[in-house]
Parts: sequence; structure tokens; C-alpha cells
Amino acid sequence: MITVHHVTKQYGAHTAVDDVSFAARPGRVTGFLGPNGAGKSTTMRVIVGLTPPTSGEVLVAGKRYRDMANPGLCVGVLLDASAQHAGRTGREILTIGTETMGLPKGRVDELLERVSLSPIEARRRLRDYSLGMRQRLGIAHALLGDPSILILDEPANGLDPAGIHWMRGLLRDYAASGGTVLLSSHLLHEVEVIADDLVLIGHGRIVAQGTKDELLRTGGTYVEAEQRLPLLHALDAAGIPATTSGDGLRSDAEPRQVGAVAAANGITLDQLRPAEGAGLEELFLQLTADTQREGAVA
Amino acid sequence: MSTTTLHEVTAITRVAPAADRRIPLSRLVRVELRKMADTRSGMWLLIGLAAITLAIVAIYYVTGEESERTFTHFMAATLGPQGFLLPVLGILLVTSEWSQRTGLVSFTLVPLRGRVLAAKVVAGLLAGTAAIVLSIGLAALATVVSGTPHGFAELGLVQLGKFAILQLTGVLQGLAFGLLFLSSAPAIVSYFVFPTALNIVGSLWAPLGHIQPWIDLWASQAPLFEVSNLSDQQWVQIGTSNLIWVVLPFVVGLARVMRVEVK
Repeated sequence: MITVHHVTKQYGAHTAVDDVSFAARPGRVTGFLGPNGAGKSTTMRVIVGLTPPTSGEVLVAGKRYRDMANPGLCVGVLLDASAQHAGRTGREILTIGTETMGLPKGRVDELLERVSLSPIEARRRLRDYSLGMRQRLGIAHALLGDPSILILDEPANGLDPAGIHWMRGLLRDYAASGGTVLLSSHLLHEVEVIADDLVLIGHGRIVAQGTKDELLRTGGTYVEAEQRLPLLHALDAAGIPATTSGDGLRSDAEPRQVGAVAAANGITLDQLRPAEGAGLEELFLQLTADTQREGAVA
Repeated sequence: MSTTTLHEVTAITRVAPAADRRIPLSRLVRVELRKMADTRSGMWLLIGLAAITLAIVAIYYVTGEESERTFTHFMAATLGPQGFLLPVLGILLVTSEWSQRTGLVSFTLVPLRGRVLAAKVVAGLLAGTAAIVLSIGLAALATVVSGTPHGFAELGLVQLGKFAILQLTGVLQGLAFGLLFLSSAPAIVSYFVFPTALNIVGSLWAPLGHIQPWIDLWASQAPLFEVSNLSDQQWVQIGTSNLIWVVLPFVVGLARVMRVEVK
């Protein structure tokens, strides 16, 4: 369990994290979503005590992180897979973690196997690792102490599709056996598949949070037609507000009502469906549209 | 095999240290010593330190006057070159956590940063002590081989203590400069440039020259190389100059590291 209470982090006049509160619960994967620069990494650093917050408090497993005697055995952390000495071998990096936490040496081999790094790869130095291999090593490092809480910042970055699939399975199993997972990402599809709870952040502020089901149950309709503008006017005339969205229109009305207006006006529809079919991405873009950096939406 | 024994076996193999037991400092020191030697650059620094000690003793054996082939002379010859590398070792011990960004991991596993730094100080002092022990060993060997009469005559605890002060303050100064700059290049450059500049200015500008032994580490510690005993005033000067060049940067750097954001 991780509870973040009203955390604010200011850098001079700039507020990087603005009164952020949320909880990540045991047995669930909590997805921490936001565009680049939204404050995800800063929040995560505050959680593990690397960044002192301007105000607010974080409790990890009921304690302040800095009060934990041997946090590696309770919380597995991966903030940046490249933040390791480039001249150390993968095996050596895990060995240092194992020694610090006071774990038996065999743990290193167990974890190397668990993340599918071969003995030959483990003998190579980090500077020769691809980003995907670094992520695997970082996840192995986070799992060393058999923790009950995992905090991972953008762990899917650099993983190939097979790697992403592997990590998804690993985190699902981990949560299913009672673990708490807090996972940040700007890869919306990744999080949509894996997360049970979502926290959306934009410009340092939480713009939405809840279970994935709650957040996706927004209702409304997505409709596409070649005569998009006439349809928009017809809906408007019928008292149904709609807005353009992608190639089509979005409305809070039910699909049936929208279809009726189109039929009455003789407009041929290409698509008509409940808006949640558009998924988290639309919600995400909608919620963070005004805070999005230009070009960051790829 | 009954289920009970199976369960017991699992319980034994999965034995893990309690999460609420603080990591002992001795273990953190072992980890820091390991980190000193587990990269190529770190390993070469240690090899270089040993090699240069050996080389200097060998050179002194070949070129030194026969009467000067005594233990203290061999020993004193190793101090300079070692004194060059030991501070660098101290600097890198701290700055690599920032330049290689390993601090992100180190300070996450050990959130009380002071404990990580304490382990670094102990590890650095152990490395410095090892360097002194190596010097003692090689100097003794060279003295025996030279067969100089009364070769060990000047050897005493006071003399060894003076050498130890020289080398260990060097390591500590390196750690202090590392903490102050948190970046290898500025720390190393500053370590060599500032004292040199002070030394030069002091020799050219009389008012500074008068107080120089009090504030200039090089000037105040020069007598430590000598066999002669130091006066009380010289000891105090060693104290004041160390206060300026070791204690002050250490305290300022430490205060900053305790609060700084680790990215």
C-alpha cells in the first residue's frame, strides 16, 4: 500500500507537483499516467525519499520511506534503468543490491533467470546493454528483496513487444499474489491492458483517478460520417450537443438518439458506437489536452 | 516426504533478513569497498596506486644515495605519488554516485544518506590504510635488500603516524571535495588548482605569505614528510589548514547532500 497525501513540489516559481493525493492498493496494479513532464517521475522520487517535497507526506507500507530499516526487502524500485554504473556488469549490479540488502548470493542467479538474462549477457557491462536489457535488469534489481510493493517508472520503455508481453504477465501475477504495483507510463495502451486503477496527471495536477472501469464508463457516442458538418448541425438542431473528435464526432447522447437524428436527416453513417470503445486514449487526451506539450502526443 | 517437511525446507531456503532490521554499517562498508574495485576504471586506479608505489621504491633503490636507502626515506618517497591518487579515489567514491547516477539506487536502498556517506568515509580510510601498509611492506623489503646499516633507525610510531596523517587526510580531502562538487571533473581540478594557486600567491605576496602555514595545507603538512619532530605550533597549523581544506568543504558538502534532490 502506498498513500500519497497532498504532495506538492515547487522549484522556485514552478510547481512540478501540485497537491497530489492518491493510493496504490495491494493486489492491484495502479497505472500512473501522464504526458512527459507532467510530474510522474518527480512524484515517484518523492515517494521513495529521493526528492524532498515542499509539502505533503507519503506513506509506504504504513511508514515514511526514510524510516524503513531495509527498504529493499519491502519495496522494489526502478526509477531509471540507465541509472547504473556503465562500467559494471549486470551480474555485479545485482550482486551489489543483494549484498546491501543482506540476501543470499543465489538470489542473483534466480533473478537473472526470472528476467531471462543469460549468463553471457549478465557478464557484459551495462554500457553494452540495450535499453530493453537494462529494463529487464532493473526489474530484476527491483525484485531482488522479494518486496510486496513495486514502484516502476516507465518500465515498458525500450522493451520489444515480446518483452512488454512478458512484463505484463509478470506484473499481473505479482498483483494477483497480493503485491502492490505502482507503474507510470505515457504508453496508454500498455497501461490500459494492465492496470486495475488509474491515476491521470497533467501539469502536476491529478486530473482523474479511480478504477479503470469507473473511468472508462463515461458513456456517450462516437460517430463518423462523410457528411460530418451537416450531421453536427442536425444534431445541434435536435438539441444534442456534439464536438468533433478525430475523424468523427463525440456526443454525450446515446448512440440510438444520434442514429435517429442521422436517419431523420438522411445522413449515411460510417461508424456509430459507444464512446468508451475509443478507450483510455481519448480520455487521456481529453483530460490532458490543455496541459499537453506540443508534439508530445505521438 | 510429508507436506510438513516440504514446507520446512521451503521456509529454510527462503530465509530472508528481517525488513525491520537496520542494515549494519559494516555491510555498507563492504559494499563500498566492492564498488571501489568492480569497474575497470576503479580497478585501474587501485592497480595504479600499487604499481606507482612499487615503481617509486624501485626507482629510489636504484637512484638513491647508498646512505639514504633507509626505511623512512623509501617510505617518504612513496607518499607523494600515492598522495596524488588517494584524493582522486576519495573524490570518485562520492562523485560516481552522481556522474553515473547510481545514487538513485544507493539512496533508495539506504534512505538515510548519512549512513551511505559514513560507509564511504570508512571505506576510503581503509583504502588509504591499505596503501600505507603496502608502502610499509615495500619500504621494509627495499631496506632489507639494501642492507643499509641502521636502515630502520628512524622508524617509530610517531613517524608512521605522520605518514598516516598525510595519506588519510588526503583521502578525506578527496571525499570532501567530491561532496562539495558532486561531479568528478570540477572536484579533481579544484583539488589540484586551489591549493597550488594559494601556494603560488603566498610565495609572491608577503602578507599572505605570513599566514600561509596556517591556511595552506601543503605548507603546513610539508614537515610531515620530514624525519624531524614537529613543534606545537606546526601541529596547530596542520589543524587549522585541515579545518579549512578538509573539514569545511566536508561539512558544507554533507549539508548539501543531505537535502539535495537525487535524480
